[in-house]
Amino acid sequence: MKGLFGKIHGLKRTTKVDFATYAGVTIAFLAVTALRSGGHLSRSLTGMLVPICCYIAMAVSLNLTVGILGELSLGHAGFMSVGAFSGVIAAQSLQNVIPFAPLRLAVALIIGAIFAGIVGALVGVPVLRLRGDYLAIVTLAFGEIIKELINCLLVGCDSKGLHILFNVKGSLSIADLNMGPEGFAIIKGAQGATGTQTIATFTAGYILVMVTLVVVLNLVRSRAGRAIMALRDNRIAAESVGLNVTKYKMMAFVISAALAGAAGALYGLNYSNLAASKFSFDTSILVLLYVVLGGLGNIWGSVIAAAVLYILPEALREFADYRMLIYAIILILVMLITNNPLLTDFFDQLKKRIAFYLRGFGQKGRAGK
Amino acid sequence: MKEYPKPKLVPVPTTNIIPERDIGKSPILECRHLGIDFGGLTAVGDFNMAIGRTEIAGLIGPNGAGKTTVFNLLTKVYQPTRGTILLDGQDTHSMTTAQVSRAGIARTFQNIRLFNKLSVADNVKVGLHNQVEYPLWDGLFRLPRYWRQERVAQERAMELLSIFDMEGVANTPAGSLPYGAQRRLEIVRALATGPSLLLLDEPAAGMNPSETAELMDNIVKIRDTFGIAIMLIEHDMNLVMNICEGICVLNFGQIIAKGTPEEIQADPAVIEAYLGKRKEA
Ligand SMILES: Nc1ncnc2c1ncn2[C@@H]1O[C@H](COP(=O)(O)OP(=O)(O)OP(=O)(O)O)[C@@H](O)[C@H]1O
Ligand SMILES: [Mg+2]
Repeated sequence: MKGLFGKIHGLKRTTKVDFATYAGVTIAFLAVTALRSGGHLSRSLTGMLVPICCYIAMAVSLNLTVGILGELSLGHAGFMSVGAFSGVIAAQSLQNVIPFAPLRLAVALIIGAIFAGIVGALVGVPVLRLRGDYLAIVTLAFGEIIKELINCLLVGCDSKGLHILFNVKGSLSIADLNMGPEGFAIIKGAQGATGTQTIATFTAGYILVMVTLVVVLNLVRSRAGRAIMALRDNRIAAESVGLNVTKYKMMAFVISAALAGAAGALYGLNYSNLAASKFSFDTSILVLLYVVLGGLGNIWGSVIAAAVLYILPEALREFADYRMLIYAIILILVMLITNNPLLTDFFDQLKKRIAFYLRGFGQKGRAGK
Repeated sequence: MKEYPKPKLVPVPTTNIIPERDIGKSPILECRHLGIDFGGLTAVGDFNMAIGRTEIAGLIGPNGAGKTTVFNLLTKVYQPTRGTILLDGQDTHSMTTAQVSRAGIARTFQNIRLFNKLSVADNVKVGLHNQVEYPLWDGLFRLPRYWRQERVAQERAMELLSIFDMEGVANTPAGSLPYGAQRRLEIVRALATGPSLLLLDEPAAGMNPSETAELMDNIVKIRDTFGIAIMLIEHDMNLVMNICEGICVLNFGQIIAKGTPEEIQADPAVIEAYLGKRKEA
C-alpha cells in the first residue's frame, strides 16, 4: 500500500488530476448503481442517468474544441444529432444481424461517431483554413441546417435492406419507401425516429464517459495535444516552430465531433421516439454553458458542471414556478465565483489555509510517532 | 570588457560578405533583391545579404527601419513582393512559415510570443515537435512508443533549458515567467526546432547590463556548441559591436552599410542615420 502511495506521489500533477477524474467518475457510477439496485433512486432520476452520461460526454468533447483548441462552436448539438440518427438507423437495421443488444449498441455508437466525424471534417475543411472566428457562425448555421435535413428524412428497413428517401417537397410518406410487408419505419420525417428499441444502459453511459475522458485527456497530454494548445495560445509562434496549423485544428475538431456523435447515438437509443428538434441551438448553448461554467480547458470541471447542471432543474421541480428563477440565480452565482478575481482570491486563500491546517495536523501526527 | 574574436570579412559574389572561416562552404542564407511594399510604403527595398554557416550577423537600424519586417520575410510571415531568399541554396519562394521552420530557420519575436498557458517544459516540447515524433494513435492509446518518445522529449527539453539554467522553472506556466526569462525561453524554444539559422529579434530588450553580458556569452556559446548561424536585431550597440561579426545597417528599408563592427562604427552614413545630419554652420 505504501509503495502504491509512493508511486502516486511521484506522478506528475497532471497525471494525478487525470486519475482523480477517472476515479471520481467510477466511484459516482458505482455509488449510483448501488443506490439504484437498493431502490433508493426516484423514477425521474433513474430516467436521467443515461442522458446525464450523454451530456457529460458532450461537454467534455465540446471542451476539446472550445477550451483546448480555442475555437467557438455553436453547433455541437448538430453533431450529436448526426450521431443519434445514424446510430438509431444502424441499431434498428442490425437487429437481426446482431441480436446481442450490448454489441449492437457498441456498433451503433461507433457508427454514430464515424458519421459525426465525417460531417465534422466536411464542416471543418472550408472553415478551419481561414483565420478569424468563422467557426462560430458556420457551426451555428450547420446546427440549424442539419435539423432541417433530418426533418426531411424518411428511412425504413426490410429484408432487402435500408430504404432512404429525401422528402424535400413534403409530399412523400413512409408508404413511398416501397418496403416489403416485413419492413418497418425507422425515421419518419419531422416525427423523427419512432419505435426505436431502447437498448441504451447506464453502464454503457459510464463506458461512454470513460472512453471520452481517456481520448480527450490522452490527447491533451500527447505531442498532438500540445500542438493544439500551442496554436490556441499563439498561432504565429506555433507556425514559426513548424506546426501545421490546419492539420491540428482539424484533428481537434473532428475528434470533438466524433465524440459528440457517439454521445448522440447513446442518447438516441435511450428513447423510443426522438425528433431532430431536440438537438436545437438551445441544446448547443446548454452544452456550451456546461463547458464555460466548468472552466475552459478544465476537463473534470466539464464533467461536474454537466452532471450538476443537468440534475439541478429537476431537483428544483418542487419549487415549481420559481424553478427557472432559482436556476438562473445559481448560474449567475457560479459565474461570479468562477470569474470574479476577488472571489477566486478568497477561495485561493481559503484553500491555502485549509492546506496549511492539514499540513499542521500531519506534522503533529508524525511528531507523535 | 571581455574580448570576442573578430574574423576578417571577405567579399563573396553580389556585394555580400561573410567570415573568412566560412568560405568554401556556401552561405546558409542569401537574400537577393528582397523587398516588400505595404500599400504605397516600401518597408524593405532592395535587401541583399549573405550569412556564413557559423556567423553571428547583426541587423541594426533606427526604429521603423524595417528590421523586423526582414525577419518576417525570411520566415514567410509576409510573402515578399520581390526578390529571392536562398536557404542553404534552396529557394523558399513557395514555402509556408511552418515549412521554412522545418527547412531550418528558427526565430524569436520582438513582442514575445510564448504559449502562455503551457508550462515552460511544454513550450520547449512544442519546439521539439518535428524532432521527437510519434503518431496520434500512440498518444491516444499510450502505446510503448508514446512513453519512449515522451521521455526523450522530456530529456531533450531539460537539456536545452539548462543552457539558461532554467530547469528549475520547467513546470511553471510560461506566461507567469519574468520578462527576461520569457525572452530566454523563446530562444530555447527556437533552438529546440533544430535550426541551422537562428533569428533573434531584440534578445536583450528590457534586460539590465549584467543580464545582457550573460546573454552575449550565451549567444556565442550557442553558436559554438550547435555550430549554427545566428542573425540578430538589437538596439544595444555594446552587444552588437561585441559579438556580431558582420553587420548590416538598414534605414528606411534600404541597406546603407555593411561590414565589420569597426567599419560600421566609422561609417559616416551610419552615423548620420543614427544621429541626424550635422548642420553646416
Ligand atoms: N503589416 C504591416 N502593414 C503595414 N505596414 C507595416 C507592417 N509591418 C510593418 N510595417 C511598416 O514597416 C516599417 C518597418 O517596420 P519594422 O517593424 O520592420 O521596423 P523595425 O526596424 O523592426 O523597428 P523597431 O526597431 O521599432 O522594431 C514601419 O514603417 C512599419 O510601420
Ligand atoms: Mg522591430
